[in-house]
Amino acid sequence: MPEPIVKMVDIEKHFGSVIALAGVSFDVHAGECHCLLGDNGAGKSTFIKTMSGVHEPSAGQIFFEGNPMQFADPRDAITAGIATVYQDLAMIPLMSVSRNFFMGNEPIRKFMGLPLYDHEHAERVTLEKMRSMGINLRGADQAVGTLSGGERQTVAIARAVHFGAKVLILDEPTSALGVRQTANVLATVDKVRKSGIAVVFITHNVRHALAVGDRFTVLNRGKTLGTAKRGEITPEKLQDLMAGGMEMATLEGSLGGTV
Amino acid sequence: MSETRQSNDRDERIKSMSSWRKALIRPELGGICGTILVFIFFMLTAFDSGMFGPAGVLNWSVVSAQFMIIAVGACLLMIAGEFDLSVGSMIGFAGMIIAIFSITLGWPVWLAIILAFVICVSCGALNGFIVVRTGLPSFIVTLAFLFILRGFTIFFPQTFERKTIIGGIRDAAEGDWLAPLFGGKILTGFFQWLGEVGLIEVFVRGSRKGQPIVEGVPMLIVWALALVVFGHFLLTRTRFGNWIFASGGDAQAARYVGVPVNRVKILMFMFTAFCATVFATCQVMEFGSAGADRGLLKEFEAIIAVVIGGALLTGGYGSVIGAALGALIFGVVQQGLFFAGVESSLFRVFLGLILLMAVILNTYIRRLITGER
Repeated sequence: MPEPIVKMVDIEKHFGSVIALAGVSFDVHAGECHCLLGDNGAGKSTFIKTMSGVHEPSAGQIFFEGNPMQFADPRDAITAGIATVYQDLAMIPLMSVSRNFFMGNEPIRKFMGLPLYDHEHAERVTLEKMRSMGINLRGADQAVGTLSGGERQTVAIARAVHFGAKVLILDEPTSALGVRQTANVLATVDKVRKSGIAVVFITHNVRHALAVGDRFTVLNRGKTLGTAKRGEITPEKLQDLMAGGMEMATLEGSLGGTV
Repeated sequence: MSETRQSNDRDERIKSMSSWRKALIRPELGGICGTILVFIFFMLTAFDSGMFGPAGVLNWSVVSAQFMIIAVGACLLMIAGEFDLSVGSMIGFAGMIIAIFSITLGWPVWLAIILAFVICVSCGALNGFIVVRTGLPSFIVTLAFLFILRGFTIFFPQTFERKTIIGGIRDAAEGDWLAPLFGGKILTGFFQWLGEVGLIEVFVRGSRKGQPIVEGVPMLIVWALALVVFGHFLLTRTRFGNWIFASGGDAQAARYVGVPVNRVKILMFMFTAFCATVFATCQVMEFGSAGADRGLLKEFEAIIAVVIGGALLTGGYGSVIGAALGALIFGVVQQGLFFAGVESSLFRVFLGLILLMAVILNTYIRRLITGER
């Protein structure tokens, strides 16, 4: 087994008197999609924010490519190659797709010594990358506001990949999407994983996780309830773990099937 | 994983966009249409009044240029997602700084001008710093500065000179190296020649007999055009321009990808203050005096010009060219009503109406771009 690209050991995070994470361990390999499941309030968001450098852990260690790492802010994590795609804060609707794609990483062309924004390069690369992800744009100057939610997620993922992400953290990319858009985003995740990037996929939907995941880790009340490999666990078992067992089983009985 | 349907070249659900719809989502469209309408209107109603003669053109060009100078600053700031209501007070304040240093204290005019720029741009930076640090709406923070700066603008001349208008700056600026950059005229030789060959009228009597009635292009107009070109270039052709759009579009999303949002916003506040100081300096050099009531309501006029030019009040969208056209509409109408012999108070009615129309149009355009319903 090769060394995991990111390994997090016994991470704890306290906010004042609240213990958000009480010793979580997690790792992800290149080319793998590791799903992090948990109900609302389980600590998923806090955990990925620790991984992406937004929060500093109160205790525990982070190893990146085998070396201990400390991220002072998100910029450090991005530079190292850990990119996060947030559910709703990824894109600016009024700006064009290409301007969004290159936001913060604008291509520069020298013109008479002046550093200029290279529109031509930006639009060409954007169209190219979007096509490779299966989205045909009317033009790179189309505003992001005209794209569907799934397409926006795809732009954000393509952007992270283009700028050299080695680890891609997706924060509930499918939770606000319809069936077909979800399928498109999951297909994109699959493509990204096959290209050798490590994907950390956060969700509370067991079916979405099982569709693309290689391994599954369940968080509940700030603790890991164990990690399972693909094929070793049934959807029902995952669902039970996420909900914390007992009461979910009785609830499902009364509703007649898996929620 | 199932293959998705999108391998074909075109998505059948995307309607091809008609070209007028495409033109409509350009922010400048309202400004262009408005400008054409305004010119047609005054061509028809006031053509004989001299409005389109050399002196008339100079008249409304100067007024439009004044609006343009402050509109460029307000435009970039609004696209970056903030307002500055202290622009008008800043204009009065900057003029008064120049007057107090050069007249009351007797320092050289160039030094007074430089000090005015340093102090005012610092005030702009302070505005911006407070806004980004406290997270308060810039509306409130700059409203505070509207009163603070206006208060000082009245207080200083009353304390030092026992009056609210300080004159004599034109004499003090005689022979100064920096003052002509704001108060001078260019192309005077060209206009002299135009007068000599009879292309424009010359004075037939008085002390200026033989000189053309338009001596040259005032530096005010040069500043206005230079600022418009600079602003447009910065916004559309540079990396910083992308950061301005991003900061106003969604500051949090911009921060996530590493855009220095706070720096962008503070710099835009400083640029707005810079524009206000350019306006003030040109005005002081033209009038030869500084008054405590200069620049009243200019902040709103700047914002109106920007909105007519297609910028959204919520930030993230707009155009410097549009704002410049908004300023042109403003100047032409304000002076045109005078040429057409219309009661000038109606200008305000016009202002209110055109503002309302512009905002409604912009909201519609915004829906078109973002696909909201």
